[in-house]
Amino acid sequence: MRLLTRKISARLSARRRSRFAAPAVLIVGLLASGGLYAALAPANADNSTDDAATIAKGRALFAVSCSSCHGLNAEGILTEKGGNYGPSLIGVGAAAVDFQVGTGRMPMAQPGSQAARKRPVFNDDEVAALAAYVASLGPGPAIPTKAETDTSDLSNEEMVQGGEFFRTNCTACHNFAGKGGALPKGKQAPPLTGVSAKHLIEAMLTGPQQMPVFSDGVLSMKDKREIVAYLKKNEDSPDYGGFSLGGIGPVSEGMFAWLVGIGGLVGAGIWITSQTARIKKKGNAA
Amino acid sequence: MSAHDDHTPAVIEEPIANPGLPEHLPRPTDVDEAAAKRAERQVATLFGLSSVFAVLFCVAYFTLNIGDDPTVFLGLGASTVGLGACLGAALMCIGIGAIQWSRKLMSDHEIVEYRHPAASSEEDRAEAVASLMTGIEDSGIGRRPLVRNSLLGAMGFLGLPAIVALRDLGPLPGDKLAHTVWKKGMQVVQDVDGARIKPSDMEVGQLVNAEPAVFFPEGDQEAEYEGTALLQAKAKAAVILVRMNPDDLRNKRSANWGVEGILCFSKICTHVGCPISLWEQQTHHLLCPCHQSTFDLADAGKVVFGPAGRHLPQLPLAVDEEGYLIATSDFHEPVGPSYWERG
Amino acid sequence: MSTAANTNGTTPAAAAKPNPAAAVATWADERLGIATATKKQIRKVFPDHWSFMLGEIALWSFVILLLTGVFLTLWFKPSMGEVVYNGSYDQLRGIPMSEAYESTLHISFDVRAGLLMRQMHHWAAMLFIAAMLVHMMRVFLTGAFRKPRELNWVIGGVLILLGILEGFAGYSLPDDLLSGTGLRIADGLVKATPVLGSYMSFFMFGGEFPGDVIIPRLYIAHVLLIPGLLLALIAAHMLLLVYHKHTQWPGPGRTEENVVGYPMMPVYAAKAGGFFFIVFGTVALMGGLMTINPVWRFGPYNPSEVTAGSQPDWYMGIAEGLLRIMPGWETHIFGITLSWNIFLPGQVAPIALLMVVLAYPFIEQWVTGDKREHHLLQRPRNAPTRTAFLAAMISVYGLLWAAGGNDILATQFHLDLNTITYFMRGAIFVIPPLVFILTKRWCISLQRHDNDMLLHGYESGVIMRDAVGGYSEKHLPLSPDHAYTLTARERDEVYAGISGPDANGVPAKKLKLDGLRAKASQAWFATNVQKPTVEELEEGHHHAELEHEHDAPLEGHAADGHQFDGRHDVADESLRPSH
Repeated sequence: MRLLTRKISARLSARRRSRFAAPAVLIVGLLASGGLYAALAPANADNSTDDAATIAKGRALFAVSCSSCHGLNAEGILTEKGGNYGPSLIGVGAAAVDFQVGTGRMPMAQPGSQAARKRPVFNDDEVAALAAYVASLGPGPAIPTKAETDTSDLSNEEMVQGGEFFRTNCTACHNFAGKGGALPKGKQAPPLTGVSAKHLIEAMLTGPQQMPVFSDGVLSMKDKREIVAYLKKNEDSPDYGGFSLGGIGPVSEGMFAWLVGIGGLVGAGIWITSQTARIKKKGNAA
Repeated sequence: MSAHDDHTPAVIEEPIANPGLPEHLPRPTDVDEAAAKRAERQVATLFGLSSVFAVLFCVAYFTLNIGDDPTVFLGLGASTVGLGACLGAALMCIGIGAIQWSRKLMSDHEIVEYRHPAASSEEDRAEAVASLMTGIEDSGIGRRPLVRNSLLGAMGFLGLPAIVALRDLGPLPGDKLAHTVWKKGMQVVQDVDGARIKPSDMEVGQLVNAEPAVFFPEGDQEAEYEGTALLQAKAKAAVILVRMNPDDLRNKRSANWGVEGILCFSKICTHVGCPISLWEQQTHHLLCPCHQSTFDLADAGKVVFGPAGRHLPQLPLAVDEEGYLIATSDFHEPVGPSYWERG
Repeated sequence: MSTAANTNGTTPAAAAKPNPAAAVATWADERLGIATATKKQIRKVFPDHWSFMLGEIALWSFVILLLTGVFLTLWFKPSMGEVVYNGSYDQLRGIPMSEAYESTLHISFDVRAGLLMRQMHHWAAMLFIAAMLVHMMRVFLTGAFRKPRELNWVIGGVLILLGILEGFAGYSLPDDLLSGTGLRIADGLVKATPVLGSYMSFFMFGGEFPGDVIIPRLYIAHVLLIPGLLLALIAAHMLLLVYHKHTQWPGPGRTEENVVGYPMMPVYAAKAGGFFFIVFGTVALMGGLMTINPVWRFGPYNPSEVTAGSQPDWYMGIAEGLLRIMPGWETHIFGITLSWNIFLPGQVAPIALLMVVLAYPFIEQWVTGDKREHHLLQRPRNAPTRTAFLAAMISVYGLLWAAGGNDILATQFHLDLNTITYFMRGAIFVIPPLVFILTKRWCISLQRHDNDMLLHGYESGVIMRDAVGGYSEKHLPLSPDHAYTLTARERDEVYAGISGPDANGVPAKKLKLDGLRAKASQAWFATNVQKPTVEELEEGHHHAELEHEHDAPLEGHAADGHQFDGRHDVADESLRPSH
């Protein structure tokens, strides 16, 4: 059941063309949120009031900061041409919100081809509230738990296997050192260095923006943790060969060969062949 | 111009005559003994420093660890940095010292040396040509064309063994490039761990880097492909699975080769053969990181940008009794870069 | 210290009494008879100029490559046999890989100074080819390839080609993901060869890519075949240099018939030897401080993996750029496939470029009809067409180089990948001609500026006000040495072609070729500015004298302005402070 709904919601969140899509989503969204509220509201007082308060706080934040693009009820807004102005967030799950808002990608400064990582606008509580609100709209991937993001229990062998997964699935876009790479039309695969384990896993789970989804069904949570372990191991390793020159491969190496190597050696050549100081008038020197 | 053929152009000393070498001016070290002593000390200090760095290199070699537990300095591998810095400094000091020595202390009088034309003298050349002619005449090569021509022929035929002997550099291609290990019923499994895939495991927007199941023997099964054979098979058989919204697929035939919007394409670029898996889930474009050929997977792998000349080959999919994704045949066309007899 | 080093005075160093060095020389000569051959070489003259050091960078880089390369061969195993890694690098332990890659990791992590030597080897290789290229540009710009040095130019061109092949072979040896991707692209290039493509690929790799023989084959080419050829050609290059004697810049006392500079022993030996240590030291510092080709990050070669930023080393950049910006043209006809998109940029273009480079001295000679020996260098501005041609070629090179790194440009400067490619497709046809025209005009205006200085003197920066209140800048005459240096060049002659009665009886084909040569010569020289004649110079000097007379009342007065306010006594001040 969970898989099925996730599939439907994921399909809905993908790009739409039908003019009936928006109202349909709106109805589904309203039903889902209403239903969820109905299911949760009358339950056990202590927990649920807490949850309900968080969701309410999230809803308020959402209305102020997100609804101008994603719609008042997160149903998404279409452009005149039928494209997505802001996609529907119903069924994207808490993980997507935690990733997008927690890494500062959302709210976007302006609509563009890609949301860039920046300083988060919201604090942790607010992100949690937003995530709880969006999660309440429809089932989707949850934020990974502490245990899931902790990679300290993995053996070296498992970390090495993570490296294999990384080179097979990730390096094509994110580069061998996780420094990022170019995508068509001005988009970019962002660098993976300095990103928390939680956000790495969330990105794989939810496939933000152009990134494909790597669902647990194929690339299991353990596989994902192995990848994270490999990345963290790389971050903890020293630069064995000196300064890394950006870790973007032969292009920067070539640049340094010319600037530092040829530049420096031509400078040395100029010094070697330059005239030393001379005494102009012999009479003065004595 | 023709008047000076084969000779050095001499007349450039107009409109101003060559004033001749300028007067030599002494350096401070030439006239001031104290300055010369100072320069000498400077050079000797540099040479001395070089020895110090050479010794430091040895110290670094034995004290800075590599291997399991490398010594780290400012987040850098201390051994490489230390050895490089010491070696570089030792060499630099010798170099700078030697050059200071030549600049400050060695004689700096410019010397004039006269050139000679590259050609030999007329007499020498005439003599050489005459000797050559005598030799050729003696051999009778001009008078006996039969000898000359048969020798030329023999030399030409010696080329054959030279070429033929290289025949065993490799086998002939035959039709090997036209086939891969895919065949009807072979499961499509995830690369690295060989996990089998059900359509329901994949979400819309999902990408799986996949391989034929034959590369991942189960249990104690003998591996069919190992080592070089495995790499050769992988180099053609690697595929990607993507799941798109079936409504987004613009090519009917291509969509029919998939299962519920899951399509399988060759991972080998049709340009020069890089493996491609840089897939944008919203535009459905697949970009090659080597030369940026871009293929539209929603439109049967058509080329939409870049230097590739052909669409990406698609592998027809089905689901077996257990519900796992399988291929229904090999690729219907050769995968990877073009070649002459590809058709 | 030897006697030679102590002759620090006004007389050139000379060997005095018999000493140990002389004894060794005698010992050697009695057995080898080398005195006759070396007596002139020991004090052989080399002219001094910074641009003459560029080839030396290449030479010394090559020596460093030999030294560090030998070190690496002591551990490197050129085998594609599969082993499981068990070395010190945690991130790859337990992974099956080729012995080549395993031994590269071993050198990097388990041999002390191994990583340093690997990195020095790689940096030196980058510098080797870069230095050859700048050296070639210097030779080209100054016309040093002209007769009698055409063959040495050709040898140099072949050296660069071999250097690039050697570099590519070395880049491929570690068998990591990046080098394997490079080999795979090479395989794609080979396969695109008309008719023979797939056969060549199978012969190269001993079967289907990647096979198990390419690394050993490249290894023997990398450590024996190509270095042997390089050594032989470098020796020939140097011998010809010694035989022809080095070119020199024109100047007072320097003519086509002599060479002025410092003696090989001791000054040049110290400078060249010192430069060797500086190059070596620079490479050691780069190898120790700057990571190059971190193979451990790429992982072993796996034909189903690839990484963003898959680029070749810089010297393959233009081929890479051409491959990237080429439109996807492919012809399918009569059951065969012709891949223009690969064949043209990957095979035709590099061969065409090499041919143009090797043939250039002969092309220029044909156009100019100049068959004389040249030992004095030309300033780039005095050969505007040639300088402009090189500038245009550099722009082609730079554009393709940038195109080869378009993905890195896109990420580092937040540009659009596709737009860069579209831009390059147009720019490669538009920008080089623009660069050619601009450079040519620039050279010509520099020539004009030289003539202005010769005729009117240099701009002194002193502003004069005359009696009617007009301002002018005072021009002062050039020093005789400077003036001579500026005029020490030949006058260009435009070839007019065979015409009139001479043309009778000349075959039509030859006449046509001759007409082409005349047109080329016109394009080559017609717009150049020639140096002033004796009459023009005299007129210029005469004019200057008139001006001098005109300024005479002001001469001898400091001209910082306050002299003209009437409140200061300026009797003892001179126009320019004496020195």
